[in-house]
Amino acid sequence: MSLIQEIDYGTPRSKAAKSVSLTVDGVAVTVPEGTSIMRAAMEVGTQIPKLCATDMLDAFGSCRLCLVEIQGRAGTPASCTTPVMEGMVVHTQTDRLKRIRKGVMELYISDHPLDCLTCSANGDCELQDMAGAVGLREVRYGYDGEKHANPGVDTSNPYFTFDPSKCIVCSRCVRACEEVQGTFALTIAGRGFDSVVSPSMEESFLASECVSCGACVQACPTATLNEKSVIDIGTPEHSVVTTCAYCGVGCAFKAEMRGEEVVRMLPYKDGKANRGHSCVKGRFAFGYATHKDRVLKPMIRSKITDPWREVSWDEAIAYAASEFKRIQAKYGKGSVGGITSSRCTNEETFLVQKLVRAGFGNNNVDTCARVCHSPTGYGLKTTYGTSAGTQDFDSVEQSDVIMIIGANPTDGHPVFASRMKKRLRQGAKLIILDPRRIDMVRTPHIEADYHLPLKPGTNVAVVTSLAHVIVTEGLVNESFVRTRCDFDEFQDWAEFVARPEHSPEAVEKVSGVPAELIRGAARLYAKGGNGAIYYGLGVTEHSQGSTTVMAIANLAMATGNIGREGVGVNPLRGQNNVQGSCDMGSFPHEVSGYRHVSDDATRAMFEALWGVPLDAEPGLRIPNMIDAAVDGSFKGLYIQGEDILQSDPDTKHMAAGLAAMECVVVQDLFLVETTNYAHVFLPGSTFLEKNGTFTNAERRIQMVRKVMQPKNGYEDWQITQLLSNALGFPMHYNHPSEIMDEVAALTPTFAGVSFKKLDELGSVQWPCNANAPEGTPVMHINGFVRGKGKFVITEYVATDEKTGPRFPLLLTTGRILSQYNVGAQTRRTANVIWHEEDRLEIHPHDAEQRGVCDGDWVKLASRAGETSLRATITERVAPGVVYTTFHHPVTQANVVTTEFSDWATNCPEYKVTAVQVMPSNGPTQWQEEYEELSRASRQIAEPAVIAAE
Amino acid sequence: MSPDRLVYMANQIGKFFEVQRSDETVPGIANHIKKFWDPRMRKAIFAYLDEGGDGLDPPVREALEQLKAEAQGRGRPTPETSFQGT
Repeated sequence: MSLIQEIDYGTPRSKAAKSVSLTVDGVAVTVPEGTSIMRAAMEVGTQIPKLCATDMLDAFGSCRLCLVEIQGRAGTPASCTTPVMEGMVVHTQTDRLKRIRKGVMELYISDHPLDCLTCSANGDCELQDMAGAVGLREVRYGYDGEKHANPGVDTSNPYFTFDPSKCIVCSRCVRACEEVQGTFALTIAGRGFDSVVSPSMEESFLASECVSCGACVQACPTATLNEKSVIDIGTPEHSVVTTCAYCGVGCAFKAEMRGEEVVRMLPYKDGKANRGHSCVKGRFAFGYATHKDRVLKPMIRSKITDPWREVSWDEAIAYAASEFKRIQAKYGKGSVGGITSSRCTNEETFLVQKLVRAGFGNNNVDTCARVCHSPTGYGLKTTYGTSAGTQDFDSVEQSDVIMIIGANPTDGHPVFASRMKKRLRQGAKLIILDPRRIDMVRTPHIEADYHLPLKPGTNVAVVTSLAHVIVTEGLVNESFVRTRCDFDEFQDWAEFVARPEHSPEAVEKVSGVPAELIRGAARLYAKGGNGAIYYGLGVTEHSQGSTTVMAIANLAMATGNIGREGVGVNPLRGQNNVQGSCDMGSFPHEVSGYRHVSDDATRAMFEALWGVPLDAEPGLRIPNMIDAAVDGSFKGLYIQGEDILQSDPDTKHMAAGLAAMECVVVQDLFLVETTNYAHVFLPGSTFLEKNGTFTNAERRIQMVRKVMQPKNGYEDWQITQLLSNALGFPMHYNHPSEIMDEVAALTPTFAGVSFKKLDELGSVQWPCNANAPEGTPVMHINGFVRGKGKFVITEYVATDEKTGPRFPLLLTTGRILSQYNVGAQTRRTANVIWHEEDRLEIHPHDAEQRGVCDGDWVKLASRAGETSLRATITERVAPGVVYTTFHHPVTQANVVTTEFSDWATNCPEYKVTAVQVMPSNGPTQWQEEYEELSRASRQIAEPAVIAAE
Repeated sequence: MSPDRLVYMANQIGKFFEVQRSDETVPGIANHIKKFWDPRMRKAIFAYLDEGGDGLDPPVREALEQLKAEAQGRGRPTPETSFQGT
């Protein structure tokens, strides 16, 4: 193994169709029009010296090292800023160029500390490399000249340092922050020798607007911006390309290693989801893998009030299996089930559902997608025929109008948000439907053309009203509808949406959105060119989540915004492998590839391969499992990598359900909240310790590669296999690739997928089969998967979660950039510096009415329960709406959320809870009791001491 | 399973299908419950139906009657509808 060195072509790739031919140092080269000379030279292997250029950024032309001579032209132009021309003859190395470059390098070095041997970038410094490349042997200006401005090293950021004395003012960091990340946190302050990179208004990095995406650190050619891990450990010696285990963007990273220690995670330029960019979580927050809280030994206990007892793997597995068998013998086959994890690989989720269906002999398997994007599955399958988004991420580069509904991309999907922002800076228009004023509403160089601040719970009314405008103002793309959709259904739908009760003026009364905003947004989406819709959990986590998804699908069909680049309907998936866990058959009613368990032919295929009969009836969904547990008919649960006690709604009900079970097996990295009610703990492995695949929000299947041995002893799929074997349903996989081969054999949309193909191509987007051997970036191009697109009537039904005198405010929940879901991983990293606790956002008007000041403790109460947390007063939320995150177990925000759920899928209605907020002195009684329970249930018994005699 | 909860869920499904094409309302409700509800949930709501089924909206009641008959081998199989969501 060695360090993967990606080629830096110096300037971005031109996407022009027309080609240009030229000669570089006598070598002929043909490149797309608009390519720089620097890039053309690199295409034939000639690396022109450079410092300010890198192919992640537009050419800047400041360092004056990359000069070339062009036959027939005067002067020595910069090769990074000079585009190629037909017939051009370029010389990259002449006596004149050599003299100039040496002179330039002398100037750089005369102003740079010469502590190379002890510098953290020694061996990984482009300045060092260029000094060598230009043959610098002396510096006529001396080595002790005036050094660059040195206000001291800024170590405020937990992950990287900023040492201005080493800065060569190439502006790569400033440009990366602008062009790649789109935050504009950096600038160059001062002039001449006083020039210095300045976060915000000469603040520290931590105090500035910097979001710690790492783009500046990655761009820096010296040690000016350097990872603290590199400073501590040294430079890496080998690297492995793998996939991030945080959000659904699915960024590809190079895990740069020294032995089995991760030195740093560098975004991989060839990663087709992230194109070389990253966020603070994927780039830096991997320390949880080695956190002291990780539990690495299996543990069991008879009762949840007993302390845990560390046991061997054999004993733990045997105990779990015997308990499941005992329960099934006593209470029946359907009394146990399993939950797969969207944090685990495709292969691992496939095995868990296989264990449940074939080992337990029922279909009681579900996944955390139940509580996030299950309505996407129902809605898009119904309307288009496929339970997935329609586009690849690259598609956004062709969008003219971007509509974001119920998503907060800069926090939830930051790397894709950066790509969106880039397109918006190029001129695309922006429509946002969100109760909160999310960052995308107004951020540097971006302002939403329309922000529709709708009242939580009124999505269907507002989206249907957008359709009203499109239909009644003659903005329907009739030729698309006639050829691609069921026209009878369209006519029914058009008649429905055209009714007066769906007019913006009528809907304003329920949604609070001014009618003119709805009309303007609808016209822009219908007439603005390529219109793309991106949506998140603000759409799905409602009692009408599936209906909203279908309303969105209707909009795209009515305007013809489907089936080509730049358009489409795109769910932004929450966790890294939500798409994959659904694809793998984690839902209780369907096997892999979204085929219902009642389909005899499908079941027969699985039965033939697995050698056991399968149940033709759907199993229990997670909320049904908990209801059944409380009711007494569900007694045992195998949970792989999900903390349902913290993440699922109505915590008290969840706790009652878990407490009613006789065997709860949790397979996880830490003693998460659910383990308070567990009887068996099986230590899980991190994404750094396993092989497999994740599938991201664009249906892209990517490799996860092991960079260290599992600290717990086994990869997660191996643990499931051990359990299955102990249950009496043998599994004999030697490698996850064999599991994927089985998936491919059983699943038409995955028929062409294999680890070999993924190694060759880097990634593929399903469907990947004989019809599309290299995958399918954009779906429904020539027709919908279901045949004709289906328009669905989307009647607005107000949620039964009503505000009133007792609970007059509406609570909506979400997540923030630095933390991830229940925080089990990110709370165990330095990311806590940005988010130490969940806060309640409340509008100044509502705060004043309640005598609440910023930072005060407040009690947040609903009919389900109450908790307390500190308040942040902000106008990001509208009057009458409050917002919080659910990252911290001490808050347990879900003790407040209710049992209401989506009509089609039981996806919980997290986004609408009627609450009251009042001043408080601190934690509620429930929080204190929970903390005590939690402390007691995490006790681990001392190992028994065996006498020497 | 609590009948109140099951009735609430069934009526929620009913509210969606009530506004779809009339020939898909009852089959849509029946199909949805058949495809997505675990047998013990169906059994529980059938039992509740036998006790009078208070609170069930009319098309939901009709759909459940059909499903129950099918489960008992009496009625015709629930026809497929155009709602093929998963």
